[in-house]
Amino acid sequence: MTDFIAMLADADFWVAVLRIATPLIFGTLGVLLCERAGVLNLGIEGIMVFGAFAGWLTVYAGAGLWVGVLAAALAGAAFGALHSLLVVRLPLSQHVAGLGITLLATSLAYYAYRLGFPKVDSPPKIEAFQAMNWLPVPILAEQTPLTLLALVLVPLIAYVLYRTPIGLALRAVGENPHAVESQGIDVIRLRTGAVIAGSALMGVAGAFLTLAAFNSFFFNMVNGRGWICVALVVFASWRPGKALLGALLFAFFDAAQLRLQQSGGGALPYQLYLMLPYLLSIVALVIAARKAAYPQALMQPYVKGAR
Amino acid sequence: MRLEVRANPSAMATLLAGVGAVVFTLLVCALLILWANANVFAAYGAIFQGALGSQFAITETLTRATPLMLTGLAAAVAFRARLYNIGAEGQLYFGAMAAVAASVAMSNEAGELALPTFIAMPLMIAAGAVAGAALLLIPTLLKTRFKVDEVVTTLLLNFIALLFVSMLLDGPMKDPTAMGWPQSRALLPELEFAKLVERGRVHVGLLIAIALAIVLWIVIGFTRFGLSIRAVGANAKAAEFAGISVNATLIKVALLSGALAGLAGVGEVAGRTSYVTLDMSPGYGFSGIVIAMLAALNPLGVVFASVFVGGAIVGADAMSRAVNVPTYIADVIVATALIAVLVASLLTKYRVRWK
Amino acid sequence: MNYGRTSSSDLQSKSSNPSEINLAVTALSLQHISKRFGSLIANDDISLTLGRGEVLALLGENGAGKSTLMNILFGHYVADSGSISVFGETLVPGKPQLALARGIGMVHQHFTLADNLSVLDNVMLGAQSLLSLRSQRTAAREQLNDLSQRFGLTVSPDAVVRNLSVGEKQRVEILKALYRGAKILILDEPTSVLTPQEVEQLFGTLRHMVAEGLSVIFISHKLDEVLAISTQIAVLRQGRLVHECAAREATKESLALAMVGRDVKRVQRAETDHTAPKSVALSVRSLALAHESSRVALSNVTFDVAAGEIVAIAGVSGNGQRLLADGLSGLHRVATGQILLNGRAQTMGARAAIDAGVARIPEDRQHVGAVGDLSVWENAMLPRTHEARFSKLSWLNRGGARRYTDALVKQFDVRLSSIEQPIRMLSGGNMQKLILGRELDGAPSVVIAAQPTWGLDVGAVSFVHEQLLNARARGAAIVLISEDLDEVFALADRIAVMCNGRLTTARDATEWSLQSLGLAMAGHSDSQPSKLEAQHAT
Repeated sequence: MTDFIAMLADADFWVAVLRIATPLIFGTLGVLLCERAGVLNLGIEGIMVFGAFAGWLTVYAGAGLWVGVLAAALAGAAFGALHSLLVVRLPLSQHVAGLGITLLATSLAYYAYRLGFPKVDSPPKIEAFQAMNWLPVPILAEQTPLTLLALVLVPLIAYVLYRTPIGLALRAVGENPHAVESQGIDVIRLRTGAVIAGSALMGVAGAFLTLAAFNSFFFNMVNGRGWICVALVVFASWRPGKALLGALLFAFFDAAQLRLQQSGGGALPYQLYLMLPYLLSIVALVIAARKAAYPQALMQPYVKGAR
Repeated sequence: MRLEVRANPSAMATLLAGVGAVVFTLLVCALLILWANANVFAAYGAIFQGALGSQFAITETLTRATPLMLTGLAAAVAFRARLYNIGAEGQLYFGAMAAVAASVAMSNEAGELALPTFIAMPLMIAAGAVAGAALLLIPTLLKTRFKVDEVVTTLLLNFIALLFVSMLLDGPMKDPTAMGWPQSRALLPELEFAKLVERGRVHVGLLIAIALAIVLWIVIGFTRFGLSIRAVGANAKAAEFAGISVNATLIKVALLSGALAGLAGVGEVAGRTSYVTLDMSPGYGFSGIVIAMLAALNPLGVVFASVFVGGAIVGADAMSRAVNVPTYIADVIVATALIAVLVASLLTKYRVRWK
Repeated sequence: MNYGRTSSSDLQSKSSNPSEINLAVTALSLQHISKRFGSLIANDDISLTLGRGEVLALLGENGAGKSTLMNILFGHYVADSGSISVFGETLVPGKPQLALARGIGMVHQHFTLADNLSVLDNVMLGAQSLLSLRSQRTAAREQLNDLSQRFGLTVSPDAVVRNLSVGEKQRVEILKALYRGAKILILDEPTSVLTPQEVEQLFGTLRHMVAEGLSVIFISHKLDEVLAISTQIAVLRQGRLVHECAAREATKESLALAMVGRDVKRVQRAETDHTAPKSVALSVRSLALAHESSRVALSNVTFDVAAGEIVAIAGVSGNGQRLLADGLSGLHRVATGQILLNGRAQTMGARAAIDAGVARIPEDRQHVGAVGDLSVWENAMLPRTHEARFSKLSWLNRGGARRYTDALVKQFDVRLSSIEQPIRMLSGGNMQKLILGRELDGAPSVVIAAQPTWGLDVGAVSFVHEQLLNARARGAAIVLISEDLDEVFALADRIAVMCNGRLTTARDATEWSLQSLGLAMAGHSDSQPSKLEAQHAT
């Protein structure tokens, strides 16, 4: 118990929480945009892998860090465009197409990485984002600018969703595309835009891993974080503010298990601690499922002129 | 662009769509091979040689195809009922672990099999099937009881299952003789599957998988249970209205699907590795979904699709040794084929109008 | 159509006088519109004009091409040939946003509202450029309040649409169109979800709008209403424009003939035999039932149905009828109360209902009554696969099922090319015939028919009615849940009205008038339908 209080009092712990939460915030916001528009995007896991790779490669090739972030976003957007071609333009199963995107993006990233770096013992490193020591805010000063960007995106996306015409259209199209079509808005274009924008955020979520959290690219580095974002969105009832809360809560437990594992964790197998995040995601889903107000048109393809 | 439903998709169109998807896949992947500065024809030739070019190559492809067939069947039967089991990977590991655990449990203190083989073998197989089924039962009950979407829960359970197996490999199931790398105790030799050919690794598991595919095809097409599966998958509401218990059907399907994925694990341990290691499956569970989709969820189609995917993996391995193209090309081929086949099958159902 | 007790002359007498309005201005002109879907010709060379301040009624059976024509006008579909002009200017086809900009507003039969949003949000949707950085909510709210006062369309701007009644949702739909500055308003079957009184209210609003210079296209298949509200009438049949006239020249008979193209055999119900001894086959006692799928919950629903009797449950849709039908079909767990079938309490589960001999005709035949992707014969046996004639030890008797289906298809006159077809390829009428045949097989003692003729053409409607009457003659107890008052009066021995989850006492059909029924549908259940009133209306 005293350990626990000491942990809470430790600023480093909260620094870790915010760092762990950052990619989840990007990813969850990305999923949120897609699902608000009525599209499930299980491509997130692969898009994060590809984003991590694209961001890292761009910087490794000599470009600036922000160019790397942009490259990751563009790569994510490209996969988003492919996904929306498959499930928005064509009414394919969103589950299967999403898994296909994950497989494609992951294997393409690994293929390209192996092609460029056939035999490396340790993964090539880059100069990653530095902490914003110039900031006068205690815990935030230990974070990279990408974390700040994630935190700024939350109110920004909330504003767009609830205070602008396009946000209104987005909230409507995931509920009833016919409502949007009958008011003269193109459902296909709206959904495509949302999926592309959401996928770009997923790309950035991946880039955070290579450009801020670590400074190199390696296999299995995303390790299910994408799937966790899909769970977090349900937990967040598709609201940006709650998505932030969910990501922080999740990161809190993840950071806490890391602590426990390091300190007094010898008594229990370390795998139990590592299981915790995934178990928590499932628990969160079970809690949220009772009152989950799924967007009514989620996973339902819209074929123009058909009812 | 608009889509119009075609009244009657013709057999010719379906065939053309399949051929088109394959050609498209080969063309796309040719670009990647060119990018690797390799000769496209040489590379594809090497893949083909490596997959089917010799008796050894064929047995290797069939060895790979065996677990893929079982995970493919697991996905096919679940997806037929619209139960999105994306956790076959975890179920496979559970099945493999259970087989080893059964072997340990059935051995005496001297480390010999305490039961006759003809009893122990079925028990080991059953243990693997039950373990896989039990793992899928959890998310299925969460779905039927609490309406928790099974897609994410089955995905997340893969990680949990793998960590659980890893825990056992460090603990009770640890191989006392192994150094460093985590590895389970070895399966008793009596419980290993017989090989089908000399100097090849292809084993009895293949025959079991093919037999199960045929049984499953019959069950789905010709029995009441199969009709329930198809009705629930096509329209759960209408099935419920017609007196079919949707929840009971989903639970039965989950047990079946999880058992099939568990059997894939049993087959790998008993037929190939003898141990459980944490890298024994390079994503067979996920590839199973691809295979099921390539086969249009038809169990007999799964047999062929798994040979295709198994061949691509084995061939790509051989090819990468020969012409220096990364083996990940196999995954790219499979992913591209999946997307191409999905689009192609859609185009047989709809007519695209550009106005 | 005559309700037996009430004539609709009161509706007609209030018809607006169009002569005061300048009809010279042409608001809308459709020229030679044709549209095919595969082999089906949905619209065949249709030309129509609509003047400013006119109400044009578009009359036709289900499937006559009315909705297709209006969807072309609104830009949901593109015509194969022909052109449209609005106030003299040609309309670019296939673009709803351009149709909206030109002042065409459409109230769809299936509402196009986002249930998760407020009324104001739904009204504002699409009104501003999507690139604007801020929603103009304050101005929009004022304008919305202004419009709802002007046209008598009261609805709270902040109410979430999910919680609105069907009538309120329709008002939101009309407000949406008005907010976008509609000059031509298309209403697709707007009265099917309203009580007779609400219909009057709607007509009041429409007359008001016409007086302000708007034009209205009123799509319907109800002759009384068409005669009551319209100035011009156009009749479509099988995709062709077959009849056009001024409303004052039209009679119900001429319109009916034009619409159907032949004389329709009206079903004749045998008079209720009050002397025969009644044995109660279905008894519902103080039933209470709630489910997440329904906005309203059933409370204290009590009624009996005797063998050989049709009891109609009338009411505006969304008042709990679906819940009642599902409850009687065994789909929901009963909270309190009892459902007795031939004196025995019904247990939960569709299986139990089927085995107890309850025939169930569901409201949504496409998505509940049949599994669209399964073949016709698989659907035909689906509720009874466990019976020995369809399976042995789980092994399906496919030959037996096919022979059974062939017989069913013949007996119930189902038109299809093969019983191997997926059932979704069948037309609504043929699908309903097959479901009817399947459910009535084995002489069930109780029949639950929910909206059994919804969306069917005249021929199929009379077929369904005939079958229900046959079942009645055979001694089945029939619950007919219907929003169609013509149907209710044509078939029912007794009528009860459902409103807000409650059911009035079931009374003899002869004791109800259109007015008393309408009042009960609006929730004034205490208003006793007196014999005097009924006789007065005759």
